[in-house]
Amino acid sequence: MSQTEATEIGAPRSPRTFGSSGRSNFELYSWLFMRVSGLVLVFLVLGHLFIMNILDGGVQRINFAFVAGRWSSPFWQVWDLVMLWLAQLHGGNGLRVIINDYAERDTTRLWLKAALYASMVLILVTGTLVIFTFDPNIG
Amino acid sequence: MTETLDTPLDHAPEAGAGLQRRTVTLRIRRFNPEAGDTEPSWHDYPVEVLPTDRILDALNKIKWEQDGTLTYRRSCAHGICGSDAMRINGRNRLACKTLIKDLNMDAAITVEAIKGLPLEKDLIVDMEPFFQAYRDINPFLITESHEPTRERLQSQHDRDRFDDTTKCILCAACTTACPVFWTDGQYFGPAAIVGAHRFIFDSRDEGASQRLDILNDREGVWRCRTTFNCTEACPRGIQITQAIQEVKRALISRRV
Repeated sequence: MSQTEATEIGAPRSPRTFGSSGRSNFELYSWLFMRVSGLVLVFLVLGHLFIMNILDGGVQRINFAFVAGRWSSPFWQVWDLVMLWLAQLHGGNGLRVIINDYAERDTTRLWLKAALYASMVLILVTGTLVIFTFDPNIG
Repeated sequence: MTETLDTPLDHAPEAGAGLQRRTVTLRIRRFNPEAGDTEPSWHDYPVEVLPTDRILDALNKIKWEQDGTLTYRRSCAHGICGSDAMRINGRNRLACKTLIKDLNMDAAITVEAIKGLPLEKDLIVDMEPFFQAYRDINPFLITESHEPTRERLQSQHDRDRFDDTTKCILCAACTTACPVFWTDGQYFGPAAIVGAHRFIFDSRDEGASQRLDILNDREGVWRCRTTFNCTEACPRGIQITQAIQEVKRALISRRV
């Protein structure tokens, strides 16, 4: 990027007023959420990978019956549900931050974020739906 | 820790003995909109120096002997006023604290303006947005209680709490080394947060909560990605990233 382009971008830190307009703790909570969810995910994801790929013959034993058996227990339902939501929100929030950092134009930022939020909602809704409405007799 | 040299000084040559004048090339990124430049361009200046000279000496030599149109800021020339921060060999440093012998003298030494602030001419950028961010965090003593009849006392322990951040000279080397600031000029930047840290953790000051509110902003401390560019660039050796993290922690616990 050349310096002349830099001069065409609006001046950095144009003066703004603080206080009245939308003071919120959103960024604080999002930062805290990343730390907490990251810690929980280390446990959930590594546990998931261990059960799925290493324990009892590993990935070879996974079939429809195996999944059906797991999801008949509320414990694994909750595990998978928590993992789905935390991973999706953690990854989505990380991408939101990256978009904020790298997308320079407001329209680019808007569309990237719209696509991000849409995909997050899609995955969260379908994932949650499957976990709660899974029918083991479907096969 | 205020050492900013690339190599330690333990093999510094004796003054006069073995010190050879030699020619080094300064590759300066020049830009003069008044002369019709639309893009900055690199120009090479061979200049005869002592290895113990500073970049500022070489710049002075070029300006005084070769090209009087070369433009840069410098005032005290001793690393205190903070006016000659520039990007030397790709790193933000003070020209008056960078010895030529600590750089590679065999290759051209690149000198350019600090990045992220609007370039005005040669090595001069518009510092106003940078100072505005500093003003926004209210860098002055705020008290609410009654004024003591004599001075405001402070223990050595309380003074040590914010000692590191008092060293800032507002040279902008940190803020213009920050990749978040490069793409988002609305970010307060490390220097403003260092300035806020200096008052937030001062036991005499009572404006901590209002400063924390300001830094809780969308463009406040939460934009920091802890890349440590600021700490690396600081010519005063301030542990800037640590100061920013301390402000984050104070925001979460609301305790200073």
